[in-house]
Amino acid sequence: MSIFNENSKVIVIGDRDGIPGPAMEECIKTTPAEVIFSATECFV
Amino acid sequence: MDLENQKRVKDLAEKYGAENVVVLIGGGEAESAGLAAETVTAGDPTFAGPLAGVPLGLKVYHAVEQEFKDAVDAEVYDDQIGMMEMVLDVDAIVEEVGSMRKAHTKY
Repeated sequence: MSIFNENSKVIVIGDRDGIPGPAMEECIKTTPAEVIFSATECFV
Repeated sequence: MDLENQKRVKDLAEKYGAENVVVLIGGGEAESAGLAAETVTAGDPTFAGPLAGVPLGLKVYHAVEQEFKDAVDAEVYDDQIGMMEMVLDVDAIVEEVGSMRKAHTKY
């Protein structure tokens, strides 16, 4: 079973030194889920 | 996880219902990814932010976990994340985030 369905609301917490938010958003666009918040954190 | 984002997560879980929310993290190190996963499931372990003592129990995955890869289009995943997947310590990240999810997710 997929981790996303049409009711899924996704919070994206990206990392500038890992995987940035927009990259994960592009992937989620290929699922029925909806992104409700996206940020890319930076620890520097 | 920074304090402003903790507040956003808390507010959004209340607004949309914690059972519907999935948190997707992209932390570059296993330790920071594990801390983020712990924060949105068991509560802020540093007791500094709005999620201190607030065990939301949300579903949480890291972008390099197989569950996420299986859920999205493989070609888009390769374009967007494939490169970083090669340089990150995937095994350590999967272990940290997966153990937090198994221990603390309620949904």
